[in-house]
Amino acid sequence: MTTIAANDTPADEQAGDIADINQYISFNVGKELYAVEITTVREIKGWIPTTSLPNSPDYMRGVINLRGVIVPVFDLRTRFRRGQTEPGKNHVVIIVKLDARTIGILVDAVSDILSISSEEILTVPDLDVNPEYRFMEGLVAVEEKMVAIIKPRLLFNMELVPDLEPETAAEVA
Amino acid sequence: MSDPMEQFKVIFFEECSELLTSLEEGLMLLQQGDQDSETMNAVFRAVHSIKGGAGAFGFDALVAFAHIQETLLDEMRSGTIVMKPEYIDVLLQAYDILSELVGAAQRQVAVDKNYGAEAALAMKAIMENKGVAVSEKKPESPDEESQDIDSHRFKISFKPFEELYQRANEPILLIRELRDLGEMEMTLDTSDMPNLEEMNAELAYFSWEFSLVTEFSEDAIEEVFEFVEGDCELTIEQENLVTPEKPVHTNDPADDNITDQAAVPAKSNSGETVVSQSIRVELDKVDRLVNMVGELVITQAMLREQGSQLLVEQYPNLVQGIEELSRHIRDLQESVMAIRAQPVKSVFSRMPRLVRELTASLGKKARLVMSGEETEVDKTVTERIGDPLMHMIRNSVDHGLESPEARLDAGKDEEGTIHLSAFHRGGRIFIEIEDDGAGINKQVVLNKAIENGLVPPDSSLSDEEINNLIFMPGFSTAESVTNVSGRGVGMDVVRKNIQSLGGRISISSNAGKGSKFTMSLPLTLAVMDGMVVEIGTEKFVLPLVNIIQTLRPTPQEVNSLPDGRNVMMFRDEYISLVPLYDVFDVKDATHDPCEGLVVVVEGDGGILMGFIVDDLVNQQQVVIKSLETNYELIEGVSGATILGNGRVSLIVDIATVQEMTAKKTQETETHLTQVPVSMEVH
Repeated sequence: MTTIAANDTPADEQAGDIADINQYISFNVGKELYAVEITTVREIKGWIPTTSLPNSPDYMRGVINLRGVIVPVFDLRTRFRRGQTEPGKNHVVIIVKLDARTIGILVDAVSDILSISSEEILTVPDLDVNPEYRFMEGLVAVEEKMVAIIKPRLLFNMELVPDLEPETAAEVA
Repeated sequence: MSDPMEQFKVIFFEECSELLTSLEEGLMLLQQGDQDSETMNAVFRAVHSIKGGAGAFGFDALVAFAHIQETLLDEMRSGTIVMKPEYIDVLLQAYDILSELVGAAQRQVAVDKNYGAEAALAMKAIMENKGVAVSEKKPESPDEESQDIDSHRFKISFKPFEELYQRANEPILLIRELRDLGEMEMTLDTSDMPNLEEMNAELAYFSWEFSLVTEFSEDAIEEVFEFVEGDCELTIEQENLVTPEKPVHTNDPADDNITDQAAVPAKSNSGETVVSQSIRVELDKVDRLVNMVGELVITQAMLREQGSQLLVEQYPNLVQGIEELSRHIRDLQESVMAIRAQPVKSVFSRMPRLVRELTASLGKKARLVMSGEETEVDKTVTERIGDPLMHMIRNSVDHGLESPEARLDAGKDEEGTIHLSAFHRGGRIFIEIEDDGAGINKQVVLNKAIENGLVPPDSSLSDEEINNLIFMPGFSTAESVTNVSGRGVGMDVVRKNIQSLGGRISISSNAGKGSKFTMSLPLTLAVMDGMVVEIGTEKFVLPLVNIIQTLRPTPQEVNSLPDGRNVMMFRDEYISLVPLYDVFDVKDATHDPCEGLVVVVEGDGGILMGFIVDDLVNQQQVVIKSLETNYELIEGVSGATILGNGRVSLIVDIATVQEMTAKKTQETETHLTQVPVSMEVH
């Protein structure tokens, strides 16, 4: 459906002919599929116990030693307010580079590497009901499944997004 | 770095920054009335060397300016121009322009042709008053590679008279300058040297013969000897350029017994073969070394942890080897850190000028006295104390010192004194800034704090608490906003900066007599000695320097206060017990100090506290890693480290834990005491 749908809507002629294709890494959190741009991903690590940091947000799982560098690990499930991940051997941490910072994102499992042209990326339905959408670059359908492309920069940048307070969500709604 | 010229340039600019520093230092000394001819010489040499190097790279604007400055300085050191205080201002102005020009050359930016013209004119005016003419430096670029194109050979004979030495000229400087013009061979003639008994230290005995191949004209050579004209016998002859290779002939410059004065020319000859006692290394290389040693410390901790599980009887050599390795790594680490250690002078030397400028713009009079400039501390520390220190000096001049009139009225010298000092104590470096100004006006500070809503109007604070208010965010007592301070950067930022370095700052003040700021900083930001403790399932590191003793109290020794705190008797005083498990929100930790342990630590202001922990793990050196690189600062934690098992462990920042505890106690106390009052509010 994806390719056909994209070709049927020649929204942007200039980008039309040579559609710029980007690669993404998709991963599961529960039943949901998310993806991040592959160029930001430095490595994928199996879960190792973290050292928790006091007085931090609940989605901050603590820090790990990545070859001598202290890297914070965030729980994507908790960030999306879907409870806490009980990490086991099969859970993975995606190490992502955000500007000068390196962070880890705890997810359930890595799913696939996707090549997606910019035309295939659909906008998030603009209902503006949930502030979580701000962290999404767009949606893409892959084999009948929806994958949300997320921007970790917005999700885990402490200065930009202090916390995803339940009040904020209510306010916007 | 493929271009060798680029490499030389890098070295040149490194040297320039050192030379500029020593130039500034020298000028400051002169300003304070230093009469030492060596100071003047140092100032001259700095400008001279910058000019020399700049010439080699063809930085014409820099050369032209430095040339005028050099000429003036040379006249000053020879005594033709008698130093006057106003000349210093001209020289300082020239210094600014020189450093700008160096900066412009480094950044490869073109400078306006007239840049610095004013300063140049001022310098020329000084010289013209004394009838000294400034030769215009020709904008030739002494490109050494092209010297074959149009070279001449000159035969130069140079015999200095004793006057030359008396005027504090040094042949070696002339010879070096000559050498810079092209390829040179020289012969030292010591035939006039008398026997040792007859030798007079005041007389000149040496003469030189030079053979110089250069593309420069005879004028350029004359210019080298311009300042010693009349003080020497000088002949310059042009020869045909047939170059038979003559070996450099240097006569052994006589006895070592000759006195200093006579040794000057001798040194100039042997100077080239003297092996330097230091080498220049790129900082990157040292940093890499420090990082590697850091990793080594971690690996060693891991080995030691593994080794501790081995039976000594079974593997005696292995266990002993690990022990030795630990010792060697520790020595290695100390030696490597020593490479990067730097005297605080590099930071202090910027301050006299700051004070000078501040006093000028504020209409105050102040003198900066510095001591302990040679105190060494890791470069990572010196790099980051500059700004806070500058701000504190500003604060002292602006808020600390009174106007000259007010000082006279108070019966003080109209010139205020700021004393900046550094010293080592207990594995830390202390920097003190003391002024003899008005001290902190506690009432003004308190009123201001109340006005800004920092403290409730009816609060009664101790003197120390009032003093510490100036470190609160949003606090400034500057009644009028000057362009010096009051730009929104307050002492709170200073304190934050210092704290982020693992440092502390405190203040003591005596109304009418002055105030004193004391900073204490770690000697390095790379490693420290720590005590690993266990709290619940987590391990934390306590800085060893703060630990006084570890003990397990009996239930009788622990008492609780109405504000919720527990106290314990320690060395005849009650100290409060700090539940670290609570501060760091650790679950499954031992709460009862009588079941766990109490680590008695010394906090800010020498206050003792008892940290409740589950157990001690071991004492070890830890490598300090920043949490901020990839995350953010955590309250109560100064950084993190990696333990032998590869896990990250947090380093406890004792002073902030103390602050957090104090704040919490105060909240409880306020709650207890103010319940009836706040009833109306609710």
